[in-house]
Amino acid sequence: MDNLREKLKVEIIELLNLEDMTPSGIANDDILFGEGLGLDSIDALELIVLLEKNYQLKITSAEDGKKIFQTIDTIAQYIESNK
Amino acid sequence: MKSYITSYCSITPESCSLNGKVKYQNLNNRTFNDFSKSIYKQEKIAYPKFSKMDGLSKLAFIASEVLLSSKDTSRWNEQQTAIVLGNKSSSIVSDQKHYDSYKDRASYFPSPAVFVYTLPNIMLGEISIKNKITGETSCFIQDQFDSTFLYQYIKDLFDSEGYHRCITGWVDYTPFDYEAHLFLVSKSDIEEVKTIFDHNFKRLII
Amino acid sequence: MSGYGIISALGFNADENLNTLKMQKSGIEKSMHLQTSKSVVVGEVKASNDQLKSFANISAKKTLSRTALLGLIASREAIASAKLEAAEIGQAGIINGTSVGGMDISEIAYSKILVGKAVNINDSFSGHDCGHSTHVIAEQLKIKGYNSTISTACSSSANSIMHGAMLIKSGQLNCAVVGGTDALSLFTLNGFDSLKILDSEWCRPFDKNRKGLNLGEGAAYLVLESEEHIKARNGKGIAELVGYGNANDAYHQTASSPEGNGAYFAIKKALDIANLSAHKISYINAHGTGTNNNDQSESWALQNIFSHDLPPYSSTKAFTGHTLGAAGGIEAVFSVMALQEQSLLPNINLNQPMGIIDAPNTIYQSKQISNVLSNSFGFGGNCSSLIFSKA
Repeated sequence: MDNLREKLKVEIIELLNLEDMTPSGIANDDILFGEGLGLDSIDALELIVLLEKNYQLKITSAEDGKKIFQTIDTIAQYIESNK
Repeated sequence: MKSYITSYCSITPESCSLNGKVKYQNLNNRTFNDFSKSIYKQEKIAYPKFSKMDGLSKLAFIASEVLLSSKDTSRWNEQQTAIVLGNKSSSIVSDQKHYDSYKDRASYFPSPAVFVYTLPNIMLGEISIKNKITGETSCFIQDQFDSTFLYQYIKDLFDSEGYHRCITGWVDYTPFDYEAHLFLVSKSDIEEVKTIFDHNFKRLII
Repeated sequence: MSGYGIISALGFNADENLNTLKMQKSGIEKSMHLQTSKSVVVGEVKASNDQLKSFANISAKKTLSRTALLGLIASREAIASAKLEAAEIGQAGIINGTSVGGMDISEIAYSKILVGKAVNINDSFSGHDCGHSTHVIAEQLKIKGYNSTISTACSSSANSIMHGAMLIKSGQLNCAVVGGTDALSLFTLNGFDSLKILDSEWCRPFDKNRKGLNLGEGAAYLVLESEEHIKARNGKGIAELVGYGNANDAYHQTASSPEGNGAYFAIKKALDIANLSAHKISYINAHGTGTNNNDQSESWALQNIFSHDLPPYSSTKAFTGHTLGAAGGIEAVFSVMALQEQSLLPNINLNQPMGIIDAPNTIYQSKQISNVLSNSFGFGGNCSSLIFSKA
């Protein structure tokens, strides 16, 4: 389980060009959007692509994405429950 | 009525210069990515969204940051500031990247972050967002840097439309080359004037 | 303004477009000519490239992008409707707005090259860049004056119209053909799909349950002239472009600020230049794409400008789709039609209003119209507004 969370952090940092970030700098329950890591709506769409490309999970609406992408934990839980 | 150039900046693969003097030399022929990152760090810009921009927007953005580095933009009237740029190659590098992301039916993953940059005027948007500029912004596709055309356009913005300032010039970015030449034009001579704004202002480029 | 020309999903010329608007019949359906496996509905011009070449008097053997063909057909109609003579056309300027250029041809050729197929490089790519369609129009119609291309996404042709007006007002031109053209392409379809702002069904501008936009294509041009020029040649003014404004939303690359600041400033500027107070606007042709974001943002901007005096408004994008770079030109023509016909255009496919401002007008109906506001808001926060008045 921990591996998945660490893997997600690495993937997200690379995908979203978060150049000054390291995996250790993101806590599993850090809020990713808005005030937290400061990700925006385009980043949310990129995460949808990531989930499809790397985990073969398809999210069809940006609204669903909002709920799933709150924290690293919520993303990992979604992936695990949809394996 | 006269108007004035109060700052000008050029970025090419060789160097980044401000007001006619080289500020950062591109030692060892670094790639644009590395060179622009080094300018970003040395200018202490601290704007996380920078890393998400494409090459064209990064180039325009960094040039505008150096251009405005000695100016206090918080005292500007944002509605009376315009941005008018010339460009030749549009957003060709991002266009290519966007195409590559969906061309293969077996590996079909179009990237929204790339698509956002497949328009040349997004670079105007990035400068506007950072500096909260809400005046007119326009991007003209031209064969080459036409300072006479830009001069006439901006003169009209100042004379007839009540604008006080304009960021103008030429920004172009291709897989093989890049150049940005930005000029801050002001209606008043209160700020430090470098030269009078006239139709041949591109002669300032070294 | 002395003439106009238009080609869109509603028809191949001005008369056809107007009749289709009157019948409240949408041009949006599954694509026939765009080669896509995606299940989408689009506002496609109902002709193949070969048919368009025939309308445009271009030899079937010649390779010309769909964008250039659409532009040629509409600009030719504009000049004919203004009844300009050859000498006057020769001196006129042309300012053309486009976002996709000749992409429809180059994207197909590029995919062939990638798998090792032979293509004619010159034919396939020489028409790729945005300026090419402008040159094709200028060459074919013998427009020899000032020549420029504006590429600012969905506000491109509105900005072209504005630029032409400024050149005429400052005395640098007497006469200009202004507007824009854009054709459907896989490039745009895939891109908008990745942003998740397409509605796979018929779009619903200003509806509470709207899901996104439908892409469209087309071209439209106006002939603008100075008063002196029209008088000197005994021409007839159809309408007057009295106001224009461009402002930047300064919020996000592709989304609009929730309060619609860019829209607010653009409309305000246009009113200032027109020397009109807001309550003098008789009808608004809104940008109204059908996306969650735009329609909300634009509603707030209208609320803030017009408050209790909101005139009837509508989006015509459920008719034509969002024609991107051509939208400003196409909707400028629709705005002038509203003036000529003294009728409000309808906002079709509305089931439940949003509830932020009064619902849009949903019926084609007569009304005394003096001044029309037309909005076009593009990516990059580039917001433009035009105001047309009776001649």
